[in-house]
Amino acid sequence: MGKTIIEKIIQAHSDEPVAPGKIVWMGLDVRSARDFGGANVVKNYKANYGDTPVADVGRTFFTFDCVVPANNIPYAVNQHLARRWATSQGIQVYDVNAGIGSHVMIEKGLALPGGTVVGTDSHLNILGAIGTFGQGMGDQDIAFAFKAGKTWFEVPPTMKVTVKGDLHYPCTPKDLTLAVLRVLGASGALGKAIEFYGPAVEALDLPGRITLSSMVTEMGGIVGLIPASKAVLDYCRKRSGRADLHGVYADPDAAYVEEVFVDITNLEPLIACPPKPDNVKTVREVAGLRVDSVFIGSCTNGRWEDLRLVADLVRAHGKKIQPWVMASIVPATHEVWEQILRDGTLQTLFDAGFVISNAGCGGCAAGQIGMTGDKEVQVSTGNRNFAGKQGPGDTYLASPLVAAWAALAGEITVPKA
Amino acid sequence: MAETRIQGRIWVLTLPDGRLYDDIDTDMIFHNRYLAITEVAKMGQYALDNLKGWEDFAKKAQPGDIVLTGKNFGAGSSRQQAVDCFRALGIGAIVAESYGAIYKRNAINSGFPIISLPDLTRIHEQFKTGDQLEVDLGTGRLILNGQNTFQGEPFSKVQMDIYQAGDLFAYGKTLEKD
Repeated sequence: MGKTIIEKIIQAHSDEPVAPGKIVWMGLDVRSARDFGGANVVKNYKANYGDTPVADVGRTFFTFDCVVPANNIPYAVNQHLARRWATSQGIQVYDVNAGIGSHVMIEKGLALPGGTVVGTDSHLNILGAIGTFGQGMGDQDIAFAFKAGKTWFEVPPTMKVTVKGDLHYPCTPKDLTLAVLRVLGASGALGKAIEFYGPAVEALDLPGRITLSSMVTEMGGIVGLIPASKAVLDYCRKRSGRADLHGVYADPDAAYVEEVFVDITNLEPLIACPPKPDNVKTVREVAGLRVDSVFIGSCTNGRWEDLRLVADLVRAHGKKIQPWVMASIVPATHEVWEQILRDGTLQTLFDAGFVISNAGCGGCAAGQIGMTGDKEVQVSTGNRNFAGKQGPGDTYLASPLVAAWAALAGEITVPKA
Repeated sequence: MAETRIQGRIWVLTLPDGRLYDDIDTDMIFHNRYLAITEVAKMGQYALDNLKGWEDFAKKAQPGDIVLTGKNFGAGSSRQQAVDCFRALGIGAIVAESYGAIYKRNAINSGFPIISLPDLTRIHEQFKTGDQLEVDLGTGRLILNGQNTFQGEPFSKVQMDIYQAGDLFAYGKTLEKD
């Protein structure tokens, strides 16, 4: 019997025979912690291992991205506790200026196709976008991983999701993602790995793949793996300096526990309504709803390509955001921030009236930007809209285009081409 | 050896209309506004305080109580606090139809007993808040009010090994001796 992608990745990192449902020890190529959970990782580590060194300092990282820079004293204290401990251990810290850790790991060539990466970010499975098994874990788990360099893992069964049809403007990878979420629901992939196939998936560029894989957590999945394209492999080779990198692909006779088809023929822009990410409707169904705030960013939609879409829309229509809308933009990483700074995107967004912050997670983590007040209607490009998460307001999840258009129109409407 | 039979009074997490709560995410269990807290003892007071209808759970719960809930309990973030807040209250176990994957790991790694009862949504009306439940972690068998029995999923070997050792760290040390 052939193997699925996740089975092959785990097998390559384990001495034990791998099969779905089996619990095996798995080697970890990268072990990381962010500012959420980071201080607790340090605390757990010190309590259990004292001052002894981590297993491999070259594979261990901190990525501060949630509340950057700290906007209150407890976070400043926690970040500095982790920072000082990292320094004492010789562990590299991607600090408060770096951006979202998972994205930084892709940009810096730390996360590689076929590799295993763990961290305290529950969206670390976003690394499935480049064919990496990324996994968010709790702080005890990560402290253990820092020391042991391995962890136990129950090999998940794999489901195959094939997307039929092509993606057409004004639909974006976010709309494709919400279309999949609409079919699977919040627990449709519970405890499973997903492999994504179909022409629209194959055609996705790296940012589009990141968007799709980022919301597998909201489908209940362990990880959403997209077979690496040549473009993705070339990118990872360049970033890591590893010319020998190869993708990991499923065997033709691999066993899938379930096969699901999602048809995006005639897809129209979608929006996830509060209070759950899988409460997906068409933008048309909620059109006309007055909007108080807009947030563009997050690990789902904070890439240069996402912000460029927004800037192009602004330029095409020569509009500014409506005076009653508070619209903010948070680039995913320092690199994205530099790109928009240098190519004029920043100027366009600034002139249109957006608040633009340094790179990071923004509102999803009740961070610096994107929190809501009572009865506030927010359109966000993020991945979660659970009640109370970003504040007492109502958060709608949509593409950068729909979000930008909401800021320009002052209400939720279908973006004009 | 740690106790593998747990007995306690149950809280059935239901919606106002009586249905079992599904997809309770970690922000409802332990909201992100408290994430700077790193001491387990301080976490209990905030357990479920962002879950509609259950905001006062921490005040009502007693050590040894058992929580019953629906599908995908602990969906969402990786925060350990969403497990630790129940440990802080002395909650004896959680019984759910299913769990978010990271939540399940976090509970297992901290030696906190969680049991899956795959049929729970269908049969939950047999369980009432205040009933007595006995849970056998090794066999997955549940006994309600000393009468009706239900078959949940028994602990996996790793889960039992970690539970018996105390937590993941203690378990890791037992491996080093081999």
